[in-house]
Amino acid sequence: MALLQIAEPGESAAPHEHKLAVGIDLGTTNSLVATVRSGLTVVLNDELGRPLLPSVVRYGKAGEVEVGYEAQRQQSVDARNTIVSVKRFMGRGKADIANLEAIPYDFVEAPGMVRLRTDAGEKSPVEVSAEILKALRARAEASLGGDLVGAVITVPAYFDDAQRQATKDAAKLAGLNVLRLLNEPTAAAIAYGLDNGSEGVYAVYDLGGGTFDISILHLSKGIFEVLATGGDSALGGDDFDHRIYCWILQESKLSPLSSGDARLLLTRAREAKEYLTFHGEAPISARLSTGEMVDLTLTTQIFNDITQTLTMKTLQAVKKALRDAGMTSSDIKGVVMVGGATRMPQIQRAVGEFFKREPLNNLDPDKVVAIGAAMQANLLAGNRAAGDDWLLLDVIPLSLGLETMGGLVEKVIPRNSTIPAARAQEFTTFKDGQTAMAVHVVQGERELVSDCRSLARFELRGIPPMVAGAARIRVTFQVDADGLLSVAAREQTTGVEASITVKPSYGLSDDEVASMLKDSMEHAKDDAFRRALKEAQVEAERLIEAVRAALVSDGELLSPEEKARVEAAITKLHSTALGENRRHITLAMDDLEAETKDFAARRMDKSIRRAFAGKTVDEIEQTTKENQA
Amino acid sequence: MDFNADHFTLMGLPRAFRIDTAALDKRYRELQAEVHPDRFAHAGDAEKRLSLQWATKVNEAYQTLKKPLPRAKYLLHLADHDVGAENNTAMPADFLMEQMEWREGVAEARSAGNHHELEHLHHRLGEQMRSAYDELGDLFDNAPDYATAADRVRRLMFLEKLLHEIDDAIVALEEE
Repeated sequence: MALLQIAEPGESAAPHEHKLAVGIDLGTTNSLVATVRSGLTVVLNDELGRPLLPSVVRYGKAGEVEVGYEAQRQQSVDARNTIVSVKRFMGRGKADIANLEAIPYDFVEAPGMVRLRTDAGEKSPVEVSAEILKALRARAEASLGGDLVGAVITVPAYFDDAQRQATKDAAKLAGLNVLRLLNEPTAAAIAYGLDNGSEGVYAVYDLGGGTFDISILHLSKGIFEVLATGGDSALGGDDFDHRIYCWILQESKLSPLSSGDARLLLTRAREAKEYLTFHGEAPISARLSTGEMVDLTLTTQIFNDITQTLTMKTLQAVKKALRDAGMTSSDIKGVVMVGGATRMPQIQRAVGEFFKREPLNNLDPDKVVAIGAAMQANLLAGNRAAGDDWLLLDVIPLSLGLETMGGLVEKVIPRNSTIPAARAQEFTTFKDGQTAMAVHVVQGERELVSDCRSLARFELRGIPPMVAGAARIRVTFQVDADGLLSVAAREQTTGVEASITVKPSYGLSDDEVASMLKDSMEHAKDDAFRRALKEAQVEAERLIEAVRAALVSDGELLSPEEKARVEAAITKLHSTALGENRRHITLAMDDLEAETKDFAARRMDKSIRRAFAGKTVDEIEQTTKENQA
Repeated sequence: MDFNADHFTLMGLPRAFRIDTAALDKRYRELQAEVHPDRFAHAGDAEKRLSLQWATKVNEAYQTLKKPLPRAKYLLHLADHDVGAENNTAMPADFLMEQMEWREGVAEARSAGNHHELEHLHHRLGEQMRSAYDELGDLFDNAPDYATAADRVRRLMFLEKLLHEIDDAIVALEEE
């Protein structure tokens, strides 16, 4: 057990204190957690020295939960209660899920996202993912000896808004402070680029258990700029297993399988796939619960044939991303391979032939994403060391738009826009005297609303009656650095403040998250009140630290009086945070935020001036005049 | 720096159509290195909000100036010359005729599965657009003539759309 450092009241601990932050690769098949320790990025192993945590969660009758290898061992015995590859269901309705018949779960259709009926009750994929994250959080805290200030969690670049929001909700449920959602291929590029000091245009080909991403990045002087991304959020190693599974059924002419037998054959299929990485053929044998025997040999040739369409599908996405980036395969300086499924020889060969160069495999494809995420977490938590200066500029994978007349989509923010991004569009009324307007937000590339994913619907009410076409309704989209969207609408002409900000409909409401938190607390026999108080205290400390750091670096931007007021607000928050009244802590935080609002603006101004250092505004104006002359 | 400064001022560039794109790239990266939300992940809410607003603005400025068509539209906007794309779509008959010929050519190549012809059309159109953009440089920077520039911008909007359609046709063929 590590010793806790206690600072004098009113004083923070050492300013260079290393903050505990982790990167988490929440994978379809396996998950990992990594951190930067004494300048080295390490994957944190479990107590048995194993780096991977199988992304498997098993629910027992008495509400007990097993995660990882333990749960994995039970998957063919207790298939219905043992959830594997839950990532495929994140932010997805029942109709979205491919190969549903081969998945041995009891799905319940629910608005926005499916749920799974288990012996411990109905579970949302968000809750299942939260169990995996909790296990990783516990591993990290035990290994690092303290509370985490935050985590960077990776998501497939091609995840849409629903899937990203679901991931963030899962982290919240697991009690993690999400510093950033980071795209998996971008994380891999960081790990690779920083390790090799690369410059130029790189492609990251990331074939995971259930998702495929391709990203084209420009690396230059510590800036990682994503030029384009593409992929398929429902294509991965699992699909290669499924092709083998179908081949087994076809070859053995089996009657309909029980869920346990289906799971058993899927496991055999996966084992055969892995075996073929190093061998020319793989034996497949199994005894089913019906007494039937399966005894087959899968050759490399057959495997390549039955999966060729999957391999081609990935290459089509690669072509599209290259085109979006305005590049051809000859512009690419290197291709980084990520994800366990890229171990398949036919994938290595196909990618090598496409780019006419050997793919880069020098980092472990299972670990590279977690390592990149840990590096980013370390930077975001404020542990920036000298020379450790780099920045990510990422994009949104899918266009965002609005439904217009006739079920057509008007794109507001096109795919591959660098985030954060905002865009406003004006609309008007269709009928005389119209006082409300329905706004329907969609994501996707197709022209018809019905072919895109519906993200949110809301109504703008209280528009004063006017003739058709006279109202000016401005709809603003804002995508933040996590790739998450918020939408606001406002009627412009009358000054009527009819404005609304929505959280897309599939996301969990704050109440739902709170009630799930409460449920999980009851199981853990914890106290929800204590937990909430603790969180508020941690938040307060975080804020105090941020303001103190700002005072140290930019204190001269404040007059002595202003500085005194900020100091007073800090002292007040500090003493309130020692107490047990959560509401008072929140109020004191609001006070400190209000007291530092101008300070924040001045600091930002200073930052921007810094970017102009070496070139004065006069000089710029001078060149402008010369150019116009 | 004023939050309402125009994109050229923000990017430290003279207000012109012909710009130093290397300088634009450099300034963009320098600005993002200062204002990006990743720099404020551990800051208070007020700073996070400001950083989001500034980073969004810097991205918008960069996207607007980086490509010639949005840059030209923006210059017209700054000069209070509306492109008038919504209410002034009446283009000269010969231009529209030419457009129809282009479109027929693309449709033919597409249905014949003639990949090579599509690439050829793409190349030809690209050349035509390059000389149109050269002309725009003169209309904005040498002897400013915003009315003519607005007309050329409207034409280029058609051509950009056409180029996009050829791209789509090529992708569609590749996916078949």
